[in-house]
Amino acid sequence: MDQKIDGVRLVAAARAELEAHSSITHNPSRRALLAKTAAAAVTGLAGVGVARAEPLAVPESNKALGRPLPPEEYGMPSKYESHVKRRRTDVLVNKQNYSDWSFTPLHQQLGTVTPNGLIYERHHNGVPDINPDQHRFVIHGMVRQPLVFSMSDLMKYPSVSRFHFMECSGNGLTDWLKPAARTVQQTHGLLSCAQWTGIPVSTLLDEAGVSPSATWALAEGGDGAAHARSIPMKKLMEDALIVYAANGEMLRPENGYPLRLFIPGWEGNVSIKWLRRLKLGDQPWHLRSETARYTDPMPDGKWRQFSFEMEAKSVITSPSGSMKIRPGPIEIVGFAWSGKGSIRAVDVTLDGGRTWHQAQLEGPVMDKCLTRFRLQWNWTGGPTTIASRCVDSTGYVQPTVEDIQKVRAITGFVQHHNGVFPWFINEAGEVKNAIA
Amino acid sequence: MALATTLLLAGCAGNTVSSATASPHARPAALGTPVVEPDLVAWNIDVRGPDGQGLPPGSGTARAGKAVFDAQCASCHGAAAAGGPMFGTMVGGIGSFKTDKRVLTPGSMYPYAPALFDYIRRAMPLTAPQSLSNDQTYAVTAYLLHLNGLVEQDAEMNAASLAAIRMPNRDGFIVDDRPDTNAVRCMQDCKPLRTSVAVP
Repeated sequence: MDQKIDGVRLVAAARAELEAHSSITHNPSRRALLAKTAAAAVTGLAGVGVARAEPLAVPESNKALGRPLPPEEYGMPSKYESHVKRRRTDVLVNKQNYSDWSFTPLHQQLGTVTPNGLIYERHHNGVPDINPDQHRFVIHGMVRQPLVFSMSDLMKYPSVSRFHFMECSGNGLTDWLKPAARTVQQTHGLLSCAQWTGIPVSTLLDEAGVSPSATWALAEGGDGAAHARSIPMKKLMEDALIVYAANGEMLRPENGYPLRLFIPGWEGNVSIKWLRRLKLGDQPWHLRSETARYTDPMPDGKWRQFSFEMEAKSVITSPSGSMKIRPGPIEIVGFAWSGKGSIRAVDVTLDGGRTWHQAQLEGPVMDKCLTRFRLQWNWTGGPTTIASRCVDSTGYVQPTVEDIQKVRAITGFVQHHNGVFPWFINEAGEVKNAIA
Repeated sequence: MALATTLLLAGCAGNTVSSATASPHARPAALGTPVVEPDLVAWNIDVRGPDGQGLPPGSGTARAGKAVFDAQCASCHGAAAAGGPMFGTMVGGIGSFKTDKRVLTPGSMYPYAPALFDYIRRAMPLTAPQSLSNDQTYAVTAYLLHLNGLVEQDAEMNAASLAAIRMPNRDGFIVDDRPDTNAVRCMQDCKPLRTSVAVP
């Protein structure tokens, strides 16, 4: 039986519920309601609206003076949201806290923009606290005129603001062939999306005067690892940004304050944080971070190098690992994204991959940006496996792990895991990582 | 500078103004301050792998490097770089890449020896990067290469000799050739997903 239900009918049922003064949130009376109507829900929610909530008392908040407005403050989330945090892995635990990473709680992110305090982190030598008044950015090498910029210089240039995702090349590295991480935060949370504000790199390169022979540039950070990557000039001139803000405020220190490179759609580690230097040359440098790291093992013993692009990928964030669902209407929600362009379609399977249903995309659907998708579902209680699969504007279809395994060696430390990710739901409604 | 300014203004003129100089809304002029390469020496630390361009003067042997390693590196990397409390082994692994147990070390993985000098100088030791002298950095580089069986204990590593080493994995890299999966968008009667849970 097809468990997908008509969205219009679901909305009508929710409205009937509201008119009956019944809560649509997960409270005990709601659960009782669902239990009573579970059988009816299978065929279309005919029983919804029968039960009534208790009479509602005036809330205490209506009868008391609230907190005063402080003279100045930086606002924080409600104390009831204190569980929404970046978290380090408990799967592949590093022996130190300096060259490490923390994950965005994707299952708790609403909308497509990641709040600045939740943008994932990846550091190679801890987080420097750089005084913007002292920070300098240099362009040199194969240019007509080497230039140095202060932050106040840079802030005077015409700025652009663009919504883009950023994903670590190692996102999913613990979960290729067997379940290791439990939540979507740990399976996919090396992923964030923000409105980035800065200056097109091309503006500053034009000012320095690029030599016609320059084909690559070295970008280098001002951190203790002086993290550096070689980047093709073509991409730098095309859409790369020198960024100083995210989501309307200056970058957080852990995300590159006061200045970073931002390379849309490419693996996060090339968007060099704490950017201090671009040096133009006529070939790549072959540094440690583009040979001994951030390369992909191939079956013949070779390594794929300069594998910058993050290919199309999607994941269901609700319901996802460690959640528990109950029979009845469920909204399946997730994110899809592609470093090659925009998302054209997302399909969701509710039966382990045998059949797929096209999900609704929530606009605006933007280039190299997270796109939310949703599908209304009526879970009847049987165990099943759900997953999402996306198609991008180039026609590229998100592969399964089996598809990837046919062409790549997925043993050892690996990158660029964009495989279809299954969540198993058991009889009790418990959702678990089902990768294999 | 005058030329740069002209170029920048020309670049924006097509959008809203016919003459940038005539408009009160003209884009700001070029604001970068000219600098000369000799003034960037302290910042210009990159070393190019294939030819060693950027390697500084100085030299060191593995024998000298052992003392530097024991004092500066062993506490994290272990005695003789065999692995320590912060990082795994940096020795061996040559020939392991066709197996399921790939061991990534400077000896097995780096295609070019100058990159080892570059990384040690830019990032090590973790608590005090860029604190080693050029001679110390050459010496530690030589020591790690020696532990991996690639240079003799008394071979002097300098800008010329380091760039001349042929690393075992020099030809071990291919440039990104994706897309490589060619997945098909099946909607009905598709092959079930492989999962770790048996689905009824």
